[in-house]
Amino acid sequence: MSDIKYILGSFGDPDEMMHGIEKLQENNISIYDVYTPMPIHGIEAKLGIKRSRIDIAAFCFGITGTCCAFALIYFCAVIDWRVNIGGKPSFALPDFIPIMFELTVLFCAFGMVLTYYASTHLFPGRAPRVMDLRATDDRFVIAVDAKDNVEHTVIDGLLKDAGALEIKYNERKYISYE
Amino acid sequence: MSGHNESILREPLITGDNITYAKITDDILGPVENKPNKAWWIGFIVASLGALLWVVAVSYTFWNGIGAWGLNKTVGWAWDITGFVWWVGIGHAGTLISAVLLLFRQNWRNSINRSAEAMTIFAVICAATYVVSHMGRPWLAYWVLPLPNQFGSLWVNFNSPLVWDMFAISTYFSVSLLFWYTGLLPDIATIRDRAVGTRRKIYSIFSFGWSGSVKTWQRFEAVSLILAGISTPLVLSVHTIVSMDFATSVIPGWHTTIFPPYFVAGAIFSGFAMVLTLLLVARKVLGLENYITMFHIESMNKIIILTGSIVGVAYLTEFFIAWYSGSEYEQYAFINRSTGPYWWSYWMMMTCNVISPQLLWFKKIRLSIKATWILSIVVNVGMWFERFVIIVTSLHRDYIPSSWAMFYPTWVDISVFVGSIGLFFTLFLLFLRVLPSIAIAEVKLLLKTASEQAKMKQIKEGHENKEYVAEYIESLEKFDSVKQEDYAKI
Repeated sequence: MSDIKYILGSFGDPDEMMHGIEKLQENNISIYDVYTPMPIHGIEAKLGIKRSRIDIAAFCFGITGTCCAFALIYFCAVIDWRVNIGGKPSFALPDFIPIMFELTVLFCAFGMVLTYYASTHLFPGRAPRVMDLRATDDRFVIAVDAKDNVEHTVIDGLLKDAGALEIKYNERKYISYE
Repeated sequence: MSGHNESILREPLITGDNITYAKITDDILGPVENKPNKAWWIGFIVASLGALLWVVAVSYTFWNGIGAWGLNKTVGWAWDITGFVWWVGIGHAGTLISAVLLLFRQNWRNSINRSAEAMTIFAVICAATYVVSHMGRPWLAYWVLPLPNQFGSLWVNFNSPLVWDMFAISTYFSVSLLFWYTGLLPDIATIRDRAVGTRRKIYSIFSFGWSGSVKTWQRFEAVSLILAGISTPLVLSVHTIVSMDFATSVIPGWHTTIFPPYFVAGAIFSGFAMVLTLLLVARKVLGLENYITMFHIESMNKIIILTGSIVGVAYLTEFFIAWYSGSEYEQYAFINRSTGPYWWSYWMMMTCNVISPQLLWFKKIRLSIKATWILSIVVNVGMWFERFVIIVTSLHRDYIPSSWAMFYPTWVDISVFVGSIGLFFTLFLLFLRVLPSIAIAEVKLLLKTASEQAKMKQIKEGHENKEYVAEYIESLEKFDSVKQEDYAKI
């Protein structure tokens, strides 16, 4: 019994899983995390996860791109080497807009996605931390820390009541390392 | 998430009964996890021979310079830029499906976005190779970048649309790749968790350690939405800038302000046609009829009618403005297009792009897979001719009649073009084998609300308005993947 690290309730249906979360919460059992094969809308509110602030990061990266593009073009075309094109002004702002726009998008996209990868610990070659191999296929898995919540039989019963198809006891946190 | 039902009036996006989450994974991963069938091998061999031709022709161009092409003093831009614009245009449908339709919450995009985005990336690769090879000295391709150099530093000309284009195309390619790959992560993880041995190790590296936890998904959705939000103006800007390569010049026939919207509409038009060309075959060969349904095909056909008509209006407007401008050079350029030595390419363009897509107003044609497939190819032929008409017929008779000339492609011109099609299909066929051709996670989202079985359950519960149910059942008649007898009883 003491070797068990995580109790997993594996559901076949997202609505039943949501029901399972409610049941556990009603009984003051803290949920470690939930693994699903697709995004579940409304689960953040239930688990009390704050809204992602990645949009703020995206905006900042985008604005950085705009400024960099403007600075680059201004430096090249206005300060460093003015090209006389029929006597027209070198500081031709309308001509700067396309590149400023493209670099805004480029900086925003790369900045935001790299922030996402960094904050979620995604990078090529990272060992997948998977508790249940079917969580990316057809199972919706609620993970409960077995050390913090000692009444294992109660958790068992609650998950089964909610409609869990399978209850697993993981003796290792992640089964995917082997 | 699935606490509420979708309106019964909407057509199902997933057909078939007994579809479960596991079945969706099995169906979509079938081509990835099993050995390829004969059809795939035949297609792959033909396509890779084409790709080989491309390698030969492009290497020949690199070695001998662009004198290998049929260009002359008057027509200095021909099949290279035609091919470039054609491929970039084709690429646009992928972004349109993945970004614009996401912003508009069009759920039918979920089962076609992945392969359309892959198509975008491969089409842009084909386009980019034209840009590099038409430079003549491709080893100096980095000169388009504003890099410090020993000439002063002499910078690139930021007033030039060609420089804008370089920024636009490279941003478009890299952002599309990022969008596509981020969307692929959960699906690569699905393959990883089902595979064993070396396969698992390989997919494990490419899955970036995806776990599918709540936060991962929450941020994933935020990222997807913002990427869609920035890709939408991006895709419009890219073809706008491509059109400015022509529109900012002073060549009669190019110097028109209608180019940006007209090019964008044309790009979406040809892109959707290419998506149909590919997916109509893929759905049959890979057995994905339940996910890419007649509803998807009909919706894409409707977009083709719309954008085809916009393109038609643009052609007529161009003609009208040429007359209305009172500029005789402008007027001559257009008269020459439609009645000059290249009249056949002009009328080819008109027929394929404006007249034949109007056939899709007929429901029978719109819902016939064969007719749709043929029309999709006709549209792409027409769109190739559109670019040829704009480029070559505007150039071949310039201001001095003594320098008027015709353009004759050499074998290298033809091989680069045919070869690029081969390259495109080679990449697409490889994609079908190693990555899921449908976004698995996104299709799973639809199962409980927008699938045929969910709607069937709704009808059986009996709370739905009878008229609506009748209308719904009527709408199912067009589906080739729905068993009509199941509805006879109700």
